Amino acid sequence: MRQGQDAMDDATNASSIPVMMDDRDGSSDDVIEDRVQQEYQWGWSTEIEADLAPKGLNENIVRFISEKKGEPEFMLQWRLKAYRHWLTMREPSWANVKYPPIDYQDAYYYAAPKKKAELQSLDEVDPELIRTFDKLGIPLEEQKVLAGVAVDAVFDSVSVATTFKSKLAEMGVVFGSFSEAVHNHPDLIRKYLGTVVPYTDNFFAALNSAVFSDGSFCYVPKGVRCPMELSTYFRINAQNTGQFERTLIVADEGAYVSYLEGCTAPMRDENQLHAAVVELVAMDNAEIKYSTVQNWYPGDKDGKGGIYNFVTKRGACRGVNSKISWTQVETGSAITWKYPGCILQGDNSVGEFYSVALTNNWQQADTGTKMIHLGKNTRSTIVSKGISAGQGQNTYRGLVQMMKGATNARNFTQCDSMLIGDKCGAHTFPYIEVRNSTAQAEHEASTSKIGEDQIFYCKQRGIGLEDAVSMIVNGFCKEVFRELPMEFAVEAQKLLGVSLEGSVG
Amino acid sequence: MLEIRDLHATVEGKEILRGIDLAVKVGEVHAIMGPNGSGKSTLAQVLAGHPAYVVTKGEVLYQGKNLLELQPEERAQRGIFLAFQYPVEIPGVSNSYFLKAALNAVRKAQGLEELDAIDFLELVKDKVKLVELPEALLHRPVNEGFSGGEKKRNEIFQLAVLEPRLAILDETDSGLDIDALRIVSQGVNRLRRPGNSVLVVTHYQRLLNYIVPDCVHVLVNGRIVRSGSKELALELEEKGYDGIADEGDETVAEAAQGEARVV
Ligand SMILES: Nc1ncnc2c1ncn2[C@@H]1O[C@H](COP(=O)(O)OP(=O)(O)OP(=O)(O)O)[C@@H](O)[C@H]1O
Ligand SMILES: [Mg+2]
Repeated sequence: MRQGQDAMDDATNASSIPVMMDDRDGSSDDVIEDRVQQEYQWGWSTEIEADLAPKGLNENIVRFISEKKGEPEFMLQWRLKAYRHWLTMREPSWANVKYPPIDYQDAYYYAAPKKKAELQSLDEVDPELIRTFDKLGIPLEEQKVLAGVAVDAVFDSVSVATTFKSKLAEMGVVFGSFSEAVHNHPDLIRKYLGTVVPYTDNFFAALNSAVFSDGSFCYVPKGVRCPMELSTYFRINAQNTGQFERTLIVADEGAYVSYLEGCTAPMRDENQLHAAVVELVAMDNAEIKYSTVQNWYPGDKDGKGGIYNFVTKRGACRGVNSKISWTQVETGSAITWKYPGCILQGDNSVGEFYSVALTNNWQQADTGTKMIHLGKNTRSTIVSKGISAGQGQNTYRGLVQMMKGATNARNFTQCDSMLIGDKCGAHTFPYIEVRNSTAQAEHEASTSKIGEDQIFYCKQRGIGLEDAVSMIVNGFCKEVFRELPMEFAVEAQKLLGVSLEGSVG
Repeated sequence: MLEIRDLHATVEGKEILRGIDLAVKVGEVHAIMGPNGSGKSTLAQVLAGHPAYVVTKGEVLYQGKNLLELQPEERAQRGIFLAFQYPVEIPGVSNSYFLKAALNAVRKAQGLEELDAIDFLELVKDKVKLVELPEALLHRPVNEGFSGGEKKRNEIFQLAVLEPRLAILDETDSGLDIDALRIVSQGVNRLRRPGNSVLVVTHYQRLLNYIVPDCVHVLVNGRIVRSGSKELALELEEKGYDGIADEGDETVAEAAQGEARVV
């Protein structure tokens, strides 16, 4: 849709941060091209201030990133351990997705946007970002900020705008960029970082731990109910730059927080790796609600380009009666590999996973959840709605484990797939392991085709094709949308409509 | 209002309508009767534009214009309403949300202002009373888990809200209890205006006591074999389709033997 526009904007951006231009960009602007070549020759060793590490990954790059961020020694050591461990690992191949091999030495691992003067207000945020939100009917500054949402807009791995911080600080809530937290609250970082997703967890988590550049951190102290939805927007901006965000949210005893993560990305030609890690910790009687709308660039109609979204998200219900609830709406990315899970350690703790995953054109999604029941009377609910259109492939992969101590644990899983057209696919892989005889897991699954008769019924009442499809699909996803905060639900419904454009007809 | 000329239509390659001629004038009510499988619903679906039914010959004029070149939603926006024999369920979409979307789509296409939630509720309140629709049904997903009779009543409720120019009722009376039949018919009658027309498909003369037709057509094996005044329905009830066939029309006789069963 906006391809031309974006290509131009990219070219303009690139001229202000020349090294970020890649010769594969295909830009016809010779002047810029020349400058790129020049800058490239100079290399980073003489131009460390370029805010861009050279391509490739080695210990020096890890040190460069840590140094760039002025991190304390413990962070550097942690990163290095992660990096060394990563070297011993292999990229997982069990997921039901196909993509050409990724050359990890052919990517940049650190890029920060050129620092402008400090932003006075959100008006100064990149207008392109605002425009994307407008299209979805959500002007960032108006709807989010006026609605009482603290916005921590992150793009290119570095946080550029944070609001409502002082209000939160009054209540003792720490909320801001990860780098800031490393400086201001190293004790908290040290205590919780990697305790839910250790760097040994998987290939992408190890990579992230070694090279993550920034992300969000939130700590809600004992007994505090965070009065507003915390929200972060991510955006991939620098071409060919792997994105490695890291988010850590801790709700101390009796605390409550609802966190929204929304992603949009502009048109891209190159496949881009996005390997984020999110860790949640809920102590006794604490509750965390984590909602995501993911709309990274999915690639074009022919399957060219698009983001590889390989994310590790996990929450630990450490305390008794704690609760973690994941709600996700995944409409973007060329490939999604993502299993937000809960470790239900505290007795009576509750884990929830509500998911809508949509694949259109050549998109592939292998997503689901892991619910690990350790404590007594732990409960988990999984509701997954997969929608496949075009040539899209949608896989639900869920693990429910009831360990020995999980007396009277309960799980309910409902897994529904909807197919639009006959070239797409839906696949379901539920894994259930029960090692305690009093524990029970229940699984329901269904697959349906979007009905020609349903569409005709809508049309016969005067409703056009695209609205009809969007209405039927939104109805199908109702149980998940109900879990989203109000304004996010509206956004998500629009997104489904936009993502399905042209999929029927 | 509606003029059908030599209409032939197939479904899955099989010819179902084999030359229908029918003219409905503004303000008239026409009834179509005929044995199971004779093509009554097919005719209704063709008029509404269902993609599974292919018109192979003939033409249909609606308000003097070629109906067949319009998309189903355009037909609806121009005032054609089909009360389905088997209304479709749409899980997760509330009945009132659906109807509001429909009404506003139609209004928009007609250049009218769209109704906001408050005006819509106001309108709906009246119509709910008209067809005595249990209000709870408004908030449930469209037709999901509705009883057979509730689905039919819901169709008439939608008709009442959308106020079409040409209403096609496909066996709206089947599955209704006596009271419901009266209520639904009253609902339809109250919407009869000089400018509107109705096409009723039914198996039972009983409905025609309530919704009195100007004209009754008998459809057998894809053709209209007889047309007459409302008395024809009485005759049919008495003699059955075979009886009608006995009166000398050979096509009818053939057709009736092949396909018809008396209802
Ligand atoms: N979608 C379809 N696919 C295959 N055959 C169809 C389809 N729709 C209709 N038919 C066939 O066309 C013929 C006419 O069906 P139609 O529904 O029009 O009959 P009808 O007159 O409405 O019957 P009834 O009184 O039972 O409702 C039947 O033989 C039916 O099986
Ligand atoms: Mg029928």
